[in-house]
Amino acid sequence: MGNFEPKIVAFLCNWCAYAGADLAGVSRLQYPPNMRTVRVMCSGRVDPVFIIKAFKQGCDGVLVAG
Amino acid sequence: MVNHPRYIDPVKCTGCGECAMHCPVAAINEINKGLDDRRAAYIEYPQAVPLAYAIDFDACIGCGLCENMCMAKAIKYDDTERETAVKVGSVILSTGSQAYDPSDLDYLGYGKYPNVVTSEGFERILCAGGPYLGHVMRPLDREEPKSIAWLQCIGSRDINRCGNGYCSSVCCMYAIKEAMIAKEHIHADVDCAIFNMDMRTFGKDYEKYFLRARDNEDIRFVKARAHTITEIPETGDLILQYADEAGQMKEEIFSMVVLSVGLKIPDSSVDLARRLRIELNKYNFVNTGSFTPVATSRPGIYTCGVFQGPKDIPGSITEASAAACLAGTDVAEARGEDIEVIEIPEEMDVTKEEPRIGVFVCNCGINIGGIVDVTSVQEYAGTLPYVVFTDQNLFTCSQDTQDKIKEIVIEHKLNRVVVASCTPKTHEGMFMDTLEACGLNKYLFEMANIRNQCSWVHPNNPTAATEKSKDLVRMAVARVATLKSLHEKKIPVNQRALIIGGGVAGMNAALSLADQGFPVTIVEKEEKLGGMANRLTTTIEGADVEIYLEELIQKVTSHPQVEVLPRSLIVNFSGFQGNFTTEILVGPGMYERKIDHGVVILATGAVEYRPKEFLYGQDQRVVTQIELSERLKEKGAQDLNRVVMIQCIGSRNKENPNCSKVCCQSAIKNALHIKKLQPDAQIFILYRDIRTYGFLEDYYTEARKLGVLFFRFNSEDPPVVESSEAGVMVTFKDNILDRSLRVSADLLALSSGMVAEDTEELASIVKLARTEDGYFMEDHVKLKPVDMATEGIFVCGTAHSPKLLPESIAQALAAASRATTYLSKDQLTLSAVTAWVNPELCASCLICVRSCPYGVPVINEDGISEIDEALCHGCGVCAAECPAKAIELNWYEDNQILSKVDALLEGVL
Repeated sequence: MGNFEPKIVAFLCNWCAYAGADLAGVSRLQYPPNMRTVRVMCSGRVDPVFIIKAFKQGCDGVLVAG
Repeated sequence: MVNHPRYIDPVKCTGCGECAMHCPVAAINEINKGLDDRRAAYIEYPQAVPLAYAIDFDACIGCGLCENMCMAKAIKYDDTERETAVKVGSVILSTGSQAYDPSDLDYLGYGKYPNVVTSEGFERILCAGGPYLGHVMRPLDREEPKSIAWLQCIGSRDINRCGNGYCSSVCCMYAIKEAMIAKEHIHADVDCAIFNMDMRTFGKDYEKYFLRARDNEDIRFVKARAHTITEIPETGDLILQYADEAGQMKEEIFSMVVLSVGLKIPDSSVDLARRLRIELNKYNFVNTGSFTPVATSRPGIYTCGVFQGPKDIPGSITEASAAACLAGTDVAEARGEDIEVIEIPEEMDVTKEEPRIGVFVCNCGINIGGIVDVTSVQEYAGTLPYVVFTDQNLFTCSQDTQDKIKEIVIEHKLNRVVVASCTPKTHEGMFMDTLEACGLNKYLFEMANIRNQCSWVHPNNPTAATEKSKDLVRMAVARVATLKSLHEKKIPVNQRALIIGGGVAGMNAALSLADQGFPVTIVEKEEKLGGMANRLTTTIEGADVEIYLEELIQKVTSHPQVEVLPRSLIVNFSGFQGNFTTEILVGPGMYERKIDHGVVILATGAVEYRPKEFLYGQDQRVVTQIELSERLKEKGAQDLNRVVMIQCIGSRNKENPNCSKVCCQSAIKNALHIKKLQPDAQIFILYRDIRTYGFLEDYYTEARKLGVLFFRFNSEDPPVVESSEAGVMVTFKDNILDRSLRVSADLLALSSGMVAEDTEELASIVKLARTEDGYFMEDHVKLKPVDMATEGIFVCGTAHSPKLLPESIAQALAAASRATTYLSKDQLTLSAVTAWVNPELCASCLICVRSCPYGVPVINEDGISEIDEALCHGCGVCAAECPAKAIELNWYEDNQILSKVDALLEGVL
């Protein structure tokens, strides 16, 4: 497991978490490069099926932030 | 106007920060209150708008490094001061405040002891973008504090040391907030204590926040003003010395002390006011009238925010809209004159075409290109399905690149575009306009955020950043291929406003709109206009409410654009922003009338709480403060030798936990009135916290000077009132003497609070949210203080929360201003990102009806769910919840979202 690099899908709310992720960039905060963002208009848009489908296709982690 | 030189052209600057990264000069970072450094080339804070850097020329050594690094060629060492003249019809002064600098108060040790910080400094310590990245640490040793003390009223309510007699209004709330966040950030137990004279949590639902802090978070509230702070040199801890309520000397040790500094007006604003010939008050805030809260002494110049008086964010935003209303009214005739109409070419129909995607990868100077291998990302993009064109640009957002994109779209017959660059939050709209300008539907567009969420956060791992960029581009390409053309619907706007409630707030809102030429209908349930103000005599400043009200009613009833429907009742309501229909029963005959209108302003008001406490209604000598004002006006005070007043009647108790905000000043207003009529009268005010915020504090000071006696009581140990022939006998405890006192009063005045008018029925007809205590609930407590959640509906006055007359008037103007943003347009453009129901799949299960945060879906006559696109906010909760998958959200359809997940995880298993 030493070289394990998880693939993480992040569903981020446009109004808060996505803006927060942008601000992390402007502030040059550093975090591991394993996350890929999918922007949604509200974290409430995330159907639980999306999460299951992501896992089913081999995703290691799903982050829903909003 | 004078524009000071920035030495970096804000138009050319892309906000990349290369200049700051290479600048060799360190300077004190003012925004972090000197707790860390910044460069001479700098930006004040990461959220700054526009995101453009500047050079601090006092610190700059002129080495030229930034000029060499800046690929946007924005550095301008020879930048000079510019003078600009603008011709305007009105001016708004919103220059704000600065925090009081406690360096001169030697007993606090600020500037001497590192662990004594101001509340502004602590705010930065708590901030994720602050000097310690949000970890709560002491400046001295970067240790987590074990105990923190907040000292209130530093630079406020202090005529002895700094001459600021006013209350800054915001410090009690921010101290509680800082203590709560500190507790949240420090996972270990931390003792938080707030040393105060009075806790002034008088705003809407603020008292509940205070109670939560005290009862659930164990934050201590100590009634004391500390007189000395000394440092223990070995540990950096601080010894706080103070006298408690009983007058006992106490000492406590804290690891950190936060000084809750007040608000003051900067010298530059005082200078500006002098040049503009605007009157200021003795504390240098703008002089405004009781009934003209945002107008300065000079016609056409308005003010808002803290320059008007100390206040918090919701108050400032409300006043900002109010000032905009008056400034806009002055120039209403010229409205729309400077609007430029942009010609948009006819849209190409691409529905039947196979996707032809163009991908533009941005270097963003070296912001992306310096980390991510942009050429390999561009080459990779060319291998993706449906991609027929790729390019890379130094700055994709530059005007010449926009023009180039337009040509390429036409030349290569592109019908989908992906830009891999910065964030859609700032640039999506611009690129969508570019698409529109070359005849492509603007929704056939997607961005891959390879700067803010890639190169900027992974600068030490270029390989991984490049891989991530490729993934993000692949995801964007997959999504853009699934997108469909969308069209924004335009709806007409009915320019009439309906105002519910004809009190001071409703009438002010009506007049402001009518003066701008919009027709207004006021629905009032009583026979007479004026509401609660009919019972008021004067304001604490001495302005005559009766005369004001009479004039206001006269103006309203004689205005050709205003129609008043007295004794009327709302029975039905339908429609959406710009197009509402309301059915009204109009008195006295109660005939039915239907009114079409574009906006609604709620101004239903509040009433005085009718006390059940302290023999009210049983003993004639027990009255409310409003009754006392009326009595003083009618009968004077010759027969009053001893008067007792009790505060917080019907407020701050179990039934109504909130503070009614106005009662402290009502008591002091009446006490001063009695003292004026009968200087020898003894007045006792029994209170829990005196909440004379802002300049009201001066009247509290004056009352004490005139000998009005104030005694604090504890809510668990309230005064006892008995009736006797000699007088109303009031027994209460004196904290300093530590014994009970008994007073025989000629009159007992109960400072009874406010109760919202009964609006339950109206709320259910119009579908409006209310707080637990029955006030209307605005869309956003801080940022949208007069908007309701439903577009086109606004709230003002005491229907929103208890408030004083000037505040009600300001909020009424604010509601009118917000309403004008709808009424001034012939048509509204609706967002195309809305949800829609496929009727064939809908099982009318009501899940969407229940889950929509805005209450939009309804089951229609055909028994299926219907979502009005004019009401939909586009969040997509219904689409996620619908078990039959009958609902889709435009631009975020299931397959459009999942296409990204699929593209990302392709081939992983």
